[in-house]
Amino acid sequence: MEKSLNWREFVVTRAIKASGYSAIVFVLLIFVFLMREGLPALSEVDAGNLFSLRWYPIEDLFGILPLITGSLIVTFGAALIAVPFGIGTAIYISEIAPRWMREILKPLVELLGGLPSVVLGFLGILIVSPNLRILLDLPTGLTAFTGSLLLGGIAVPTVVSVAEDALDSVPRAYREGAWALGATKWQTIWRVTLPAAKSGVLTAIMLGVGRAIGETMTVMMVTGNAPVLATSLGSLFSPVRTMTATIAAEMGEVANGSVHYHTLFLIGIILFLISLTVNVIASSVVFRAKKRAERILS
Amino acid sequence: MMKLFARNRHAVQRIGYTLITLMAVATVIPIVGTVIFILFQGGSAISWEFLTGFPYDGMRSGGILPAIIGTLYLTIGTAIFSVPLGIAAAIYLSEYAKDTPLTRIIRLAIINLAGIPSVVYGLFGLGLFVLFLQFGTSILAASLTLSIMTLPVIISTAEEALRSVPQSFRTVSISLGATRWQTIRRIVLKEALPGILTGVILGLERAAGETAPILFTGAAFFLPQLPQTPFDATMALPYHLFVISTQVPEMPIQIQYGTALVLLVFVLTMNVIATIIRSRARAKRQW
Repeated sequence: MEKSLNWREFVVTRAIKASGYSAIVFVLLIFVFLMREGLPALSEVDAGNLFSLRWYPIEDLFGILPLITGSLIVTFGAALIAVPFGIGTAIYISEIAPRWMREILKPLVELLGGLPSVVLGFLGILIVSPNLRILLDLPTGLTAFTGSLLLGGIAVPTVVSVAEDALDSVPRAYREGAWALGATKWQTIWRVTLPAAKSGVLTAIMLGVGRAIGETMTVMMVTGNAPVLATSLGSLFSPVRTMTATIAAEMGEVANGSVHYHTLFLIGIILFLISLTVNVIASSVVFRAKKRAERILS
Repeated sequence: MMKLFARNRHAVQRIGYTLITLMAVATVIPIVGTVIFILFQGGSAISWEFLTGFPYDGMRSGGILPAIIGTLYLTIGTAIFSVPLGIAAAIYLSEYAKDTPLTRIIRLAIINLAGIPSVVYGLFGLGLFVLFLQFGTSILAASLTLSIMTLPVIISTAEEALRSVPQSFRTVSISLGATRWQTIRRIVLKEALPGILTGVILGLERAAGETAPILFTGAAFFLPQLPQTPFDATMALPYHLFVISTQVPEMPIQIQYGTALVLLVFVLTMNVIATIIRSRARAKRQW
């Protein structure tokens, strides 16, 4: 009896420990398999071609710059929307809203995070883009800006939950001190609470941007998918094509092992490295490290 | 002078509050609006035939049964892999791991997994499961891909739930002669169950709504029959919505809204269940 108990305990403990390491294994596996399929592109496509301004795989033109600028401009637009609205909502939830309001708002924002991106893309095609076309008098409603608008919505829940957590973790004594000195609640929020939560709010912005740059379906459906180099902010109102959309749109049609296939994996490596950088920097910001990590994920 | 200043500050506060409130309202209204809009627009498409029939006439008529069943299969498949692994990893982090550099690397890896773009998961699944392990474009490959994507959500929420169980519960159990695993299984896991369940459902909710990871690992444009084995490809609701809203010309708008509605209901039901479990557990908690 005693012995079988020990034996089971031993096996279970081993299994649990092995599972504990699984996250590391998976990150490594993802890295290895992206490299395996993507690195050959570097020898198959010469650098001049790779960094040219034309992405036209049928004629073996694999310039990834238009795709990178496409991702950047859509993400930039999304940040312009998600940062003010996300932080504003976080301030409202954490500092201003009465308790019952908070109980309604938090699940609602969480719900936005759970909406499938393909549903947002679908509404983008049917509702947002035709209206934008008329409103802004554009030749087409499928532009980078349309993508930014919807991506902003997708990034908002991330920004709200991380920023709200940061504001929430500012000790109440800070606020009470400010009030005791005669500051209004607004002055307290603006000059005490927000600066105290600064690093957490920055993390929120970074993770929101990270979320936006990796979004796929929505941008593929509404940005028009034209691989044109974005040179100025004016490009915000013309069709673009992002890195994620390129992979999603083209991977289904390429032959395994072809140059095109390897190049799409190379773009995947770039995306992987971007998200790695964003997350390593965000998680190294010293702000209630553990708690925040949980927020990011839930 | 003082008085003017004081009044001024309060005017600023009022303006500031109004602005922030407006921003919160502007954030929330589109969310509620989207859900209500789709409920209304899609409602008229829902019929018994739509929910239980196969699509025909190039998907312009008929139902979406294979997509509904497919999404169910993928969600179940994802749960089979990610739930045991995720909970075990959470138990490790909460009950066994000490604060060593290795543990910190595990946490960093989890955060990174959570941040990897969904389409990159798709590439990875294609490279590892579809091609290298030769599962082909299949429910199995797609479920495994979605599992790894879901894992960080489950691990982090389950760990949070486990950690919220008071230390004294463990101490008492161990002092009564229970082994560590007995304590975890009968005391800690039992107490943390609602929290873990919430995390699991939220993770699976995300998996059910994802399109990009299954694009090249398991999703099929159209299938005349339901998948028979885990090695078959499958139709799925999110991918089907993508297909009929971008790839099929002259698609009746009713079917598009109806499909969006079914997907939304699928996902929202999971979301609501998770929220209810969480708030009920909070209300009942005595420690």
